[in-house]
Amino acid sequence: MSEHAVEAHSGGHDAGHARKVAMWVFLGSECLFFGTLIATFLLYRGRTGDGPAASDVFDIPFTSVSSFILLMSSLTMVLAHHAASRRDRRTMRIWLIATALLGTVFLAGQVFEFTEFVEHGLTVTTSPFASSFYLLTGLHGAHVAVGVLMLLVTAFMSFGGRYRDDEGMNVEIVGLYWHFVDIVWIVIFTVVYLLQV
Amino acid sequence: MAVTTDTAASVDSVVRPRGLWGWLTTTDHKRIGILYGVTAIAFGVVGGTEALLIRLQLATPNGEILSADAYNQMFTMHGTTMVFLVVMPAAAAFTNYFLPILLGARDVAFPRLNALSYWVFVFGGLFLTLTFFLGGAPDGGWFGYAPLSTQVPEVVRMDYWALGLIVLGLASVLSSVNFITTVLTMRAPGMTLMRMPVFAWMATVVSFLLLFSLPMITVGLFQVFMDRNLGTTFYDAAMGGEPILWQHLFWLFGHPEVYVLILPAMGIVSEVLPTFSRKPLFGRSFVIFSGMAIGFMGFGVWAHHMFTAGLGPVAEAAFGLTTMFIAVPTGVKIFNWLGTIWGGSLRLNTAMLFSLGFIFLFVIGGLSGVTHSIVPSDAQQHDTYYVVAHFHYVLFGGAVFGIFSGVYYWWPKVTGRLLDERLGKWHFWLMFVGMNFTFGPMHVLGLNGMPRRTYRYPEGLGFDMWNMMATVGAFTIATAVLVFLANWWRTRTRGEIAGPDPWDGRTLEWSIPSPPPEHNFDIIPTVVAEDDFWHRKYVEDDSGNPVAREAPVESPVSTEPIHLPSPSYHPVLAAFGIFVTAIGAVYLPWGLLAVGTGAVITMWGLFGWSMESLTRREHE
Repeated sequence: MSEHAVEAHSGGHDAGHARKVAMWVFLGSECLFFGTLIATFLLYRGRTGDGPAASDVFDIPFTSVSSFILLMSSLTMVLAHHAASRRDRRTMRIWLIATALLGTVFLAGQVFEFTEFVEHGLTVTTSPFASSFYLLTGLHGAHVAVGVLMLLVTAFMSFGGRYRDDEGMNVEIVGLYWHFVDIVWIVIFTVVYLLQV
Repeated sequence: MAVTTDTAASVDSVVRPRGLWGWLTTTDHKRIGILYGVTAIAFGVVGGTEALLIRLQLATPNGEILSADAYNQMFTMHGTTMVFLVVMPAAAAFTNYFLPILLGARDVAFPRLNALSYWVFVFGGLFLTLTFFLGGAPDGGWFGYAPLSTQVPEVVRMDYWALGLIVLGLASVLSSVNFITTVLTMRAPGMTLMRMPVFAWMATVVSFLLLFSLPMITVGLFQVFMDRNLGTTFYDAAMGGEPILWQHLFWLFGHPEVYVLILPAMGIVSEVLPTFSRKPLFGRSFVIFSGMAIGFMGFGVWAHHMFTAGLGPVAEAAFGLTTMFIAVPTGVKIFNWLGTIWGGSLRLNTAMLFSLGFIFLFVIGGLSGVTHSIVPSDAQQHDTYYVVAHFHYVLFGGAVFGIFSGVYYWWPKVTGRLLDERLGKWHFWLMFVGMNFTFGPMHVLGLNGMPRRTYRYPEGLGFDMWNMMATVGAFTIATAVLVFLANWWRTRTRGEIAGPDPWDGRTLEWSIPSPPPEHNFDIIPTVVAEDDFWHRKYVEDDSGNPVAREAPVESPVSTEPIHLPSPSYHPVLAAFGIFVTAIGAVYLPWGLLAVGTGAVITMWGLFGWSMESLTRREHE
């Protein structure tokens, strides 16, 4: 969503800077979004009804591994940004695609996990616990998917050789989003999986 | 006078389509502002008609005009329409049109994002309004309380409501991000935050309120939609769900939303009163800081809507107190406005009358609001017409009067012509009298025990006369609106030519021609003071009275080329895709086809969007 017009419009103001500010502002909104989802989960996590409880279905070692993979993607994201700031576009592309791959692996893990849970009898309709679990983790997954898309688009757009000036900024902005999604996962993983009361 | 000639600067010659296509593809914040305004008026006619039907039904005991079912749809859609499709977009119209000009900028930070949020809003509004023809409009109240909103899943009405609000919320988040970024990055040199006009400040606070409150209701709306369509159990008490959670999520958004509706009007009044009192705004920084205080505190009072839900004494005491406290910054503002008028040389034209009417009516609405913060008293008033009276004094007497003040104040800037003053005064007095006749009696009705949302009442309960008065008042308001529309139509061609500065204004928008050129400013102004334009025209003599400068400060002439955003059809395309997706989502599972189609259209729009700026860059 590059805004070419800004640059010309703001009388010397930096268009990339405006886009970075916008991403920060948007992520502020996202904090409230995930905060509300997490609050709902906290309210409902004990309300399992006749359905399985968290301890019956969660496979903590498995989710730990996929969480680790997601967190590693923040590292590759940093490397991509670093390469972009060096104007090393080849390395940048490699790390961007690596980040997208790690994100995809995480998503695949989530899909696998969900099918396992459903086999154990935990569907969205089972209990308020199940409903809020799937809404929270599902919407986080949707954010990861959007992030993967953004990473791939950024990587492939750099092939054309266009966007020369903005490229570093694009990577930085996608990076902001990606790191945010990762950080939120740390909170979700802790609250949902690790803190079993 | 500042620069008035277009020849001073060379504007790049982007080809701009004319006619309908021009409006569909525009990225000019001023045209988008006009679109918002016209759309708000159109939806206002819809919402107003719903109100008139409600009042006709209640005019006499045992009303026969609407069935209970139709009545439920009417009051649900009246509330939803007036809040989301009339007052919010009307305020957005002013913000879009004037925020960049007030900041001394050529456009908002992201012109195409601005267009996208407008089109998403329009399609969201259409989506909600079309439901009247698609098997009935939403009927669960504008507050959508679970389980009213989650039961009867075979009827799609509340699906429209939940999805429509998600779509409208998306539009608001997009424009909030845009406005905040504009304020943070696009201010003219010298335009410090504290030199920003109060309207710009209030628009900023509103953007933050929307940014932080909409996510919460969005989560709630997802939950309602999933309960209805996927069989989740968020609000199913039998399964351990908690309907009270919905109330919390709704009012965590819904109360800040009240300030979203009123703060722009407060900003407008803070611009109008100084201009027509010929005095600077009294205690300007207090007006700004109290606006910020209202913004913060708006998030801490939501549970006063839930006093009768059984939250327990501690919560009720806490929220009663915070609710009383939030009256303090509001009162601060009232005194600032009175201080502004005090000793000023007033010009009582229509814009000023609407601002004075705003103060009068808003004080009444504010005081009845304080009575709700007293929990035992609230328990009596809850769900009666007293509440209806209160929030209409705030939202009609407050927000709508403020908006009309802005309409009369800024109309000459937007159209180049003045609205007729004689018709304007008719408009004001009819609306002022009609408003008091409509909502004044509702206080009595409420205290007499007439419940809200009831479609019919028996004779002899002491409701008859007051209801008749209210209905007469409602039609008086409708007449006032007709007078306004007539005024608009009449002055379209015959109105007096306004000139750049008809009111002897104080802020930057009056330094440019009316209507403004597409690039707003030939040269970006450098700001040296609050009310910068005023200080370019006047100096103070020894006793502090303004004296006109002999030679107004001239702006330097620039020959730098000016780039304007190109028109683009991608925003409207992407918004249309969202509309198709939403329609499909109501009719799951076979609607999945439409969901897919809509998603493809949206992606197509967004992809074209990002490619567009690439190709343009290549040209350079």
